[in-house]
Amino acid sequence: MEFLLAIFSISYQFGDAFAFLVISCAGLAVIFGMMGIINLAHGEFIMCGAYVTAASARAGLPLPMAIACGALAAAIIGMALERTVIRHLYHRPLDSIIATWGISLIATQGVLILLGPTMQGIGTPLGSTLIGDRSYSIYRLVLFATSIGLLLGLYLLFYRTRFGVISRATIQRPDTARALGVDTRRVYALTFGLGAGLAGLAGGLYAPTMTMVPTMGSTFIVESFVTVVVGGADIFLGAAPAAAILAVIKAALTAWYGQLFGQIGLLVAVIIVIRVMPGGLSAFIKRWQK
Amino acid sequence: MSEPALLQTEGLFSGYGGEQVLQGVDLTIDAGEIVAVIGRNGVGKSTLIRTLTGLLAPSAGTIRLFGEDVTGLPANQRALRGVGYIPQGREVFPELTVRENLMVGEVAGRTRGAPDYDMVHRFFPILKERARQRAGTLSGGQQQQLAIARAMMGHPRLMLLDEPSEGIQPSIIKDISRNVRALNAQTGVAVLLVEQNLDLIVSMAQRGYVMEKGRIVASLDQREITSRDEVRRYLTI
Repeated sequence: MEFLLAIFSISYQFGDAFAFLVISCAGLAVIFGMMGIINLAHGEFIMCGAYVTAASARAGLPLPMAIACGALAAAIIGMALERTVIRHLYHRPLDSIIATWGISLIATQGVLILLGPTMQGIGTPLGSTLIGDRSYSIYRLVLFATSIGLLLGLYLLFYRTRFGVISRATIQRPDTARALGVDTRRVYALTFGLGAGLAGLAGGLYAPTMTMVPTMGSTFIVESFVTVVVGGADIFLGAAPAAAILAVIKAALTAWYGQLFGQIGLLVAVIIVIRVMPGGLSAFIKRWQK
Repeated sequence: MSEPALLQTEGLFSGYGGEQVLQGVDLTIDAGEIVAVIGRNGVGKSTLIRTLTGLLAPSAGTIRLFGEDVTGLPANQRALRGVGYIPQGREVFPELTVRENLMVGEVAGRTRGAPDYDMVHRFFPILKERARQRAGTLSGGQQQQLAIARAMMGHPRLMLLDEPSEGIQPSIIKDISRNVRALNAQTGVAVLLVEQNLDLIVSMAQRGYVMEKGRIVASLDQREITSRDEVRRYLTI
């Protein structure tokens, strides 16, 4: 019995870390993998989603709908930014880093000026359950299930829908896709909007567990970049297995040595992966497939 | 009033980074024709095709497609009006399956009819067999068939073929030629072929232009374009 409880406790920690990595990196991975853009404003899209979720929930919307509002708001802002800024930087990856960093600074400072240093949050719903002598948050279990659902949904979107096929074609050969009638600008706008919306979703999902401050995006930034770097350009072959591996490392180190060592373990893992496979897991898996 | 030409260019100048490759190209294609633009490497054939698709913007001159001035129109808009593009080097989407490649081809044809997979599979049965295979793993000849089939999915009125013989075995060149001619006979699609492969030119084209240093320097009628000696003479200038 003691043994089973320990297994459950470790699995719970793994699931929690996995969910956090997958949910926080999905938007970043879509934008990087599909468009090659390194979006340094990723954390601010997350913050946007969290703020809108908290505001709508406190205005009386049920939490799932409030989260949907958060995701939608981030998606709309993302598409507006794509049209005004990002679109002009598609062939200038370094400039796009600077531009998105600028957006990130403006967003954090703007929110600080407009809404102040903190906003009233919302409590974590669903409470907790006692298993053995430890209590577990049910909402965290819901987040784990959501992260699996998210991966499944993205897989279906990119591999089973017309939009998915066309967007993958656009990524592989933009010129040819355009000459075959694909409105590639629209594909890019929608893909960026999707990435921003996923970031907003991450913010919305974690809003009930966090303190609402304008810099809250930075809580997610390290984990999401680490996952995308370890994973490489393909979200399914890369980000998902990367999240699983990193979650094991993080859960194990956190359980035995504490939070700080969990973080250090992630960064060490990144350094090792870049050294051994510069293209990330997905490039490694693809080469191995051939 | 006579029907307007399917494609007409006037004084077309185009190139890369300020260097003019095309130096005033005038050519005309009428409905249902198979026309070849022939010439050696580097005379501007691919630049011509890329300018016609809209991937490259001309610096001067006009392009009229189906009676409409499309000079300033982006590539995807031209495809929607009925231009089917078969790029040099095939350019299939390597990570997509054969079937998914054809799905992308459907995009251009939505206004002209439902996707016709039966016709494509009749012309290229191998594509039905390999429907779930990734396109990047097909042989060169199969990729060429896929590139043509992908363009067919868009119900084009004009197909632009950029050196389909490149990197293809001689035996398959005959198949390509036969298929394109059959397609032209059955659907009435006009074809503009740029090529330097003698066999493909004489077996496919009904009329031709000779290109040299970015200009059209001669026009060949049916007798001339199907004569190996005539065509060889122009390709070895």
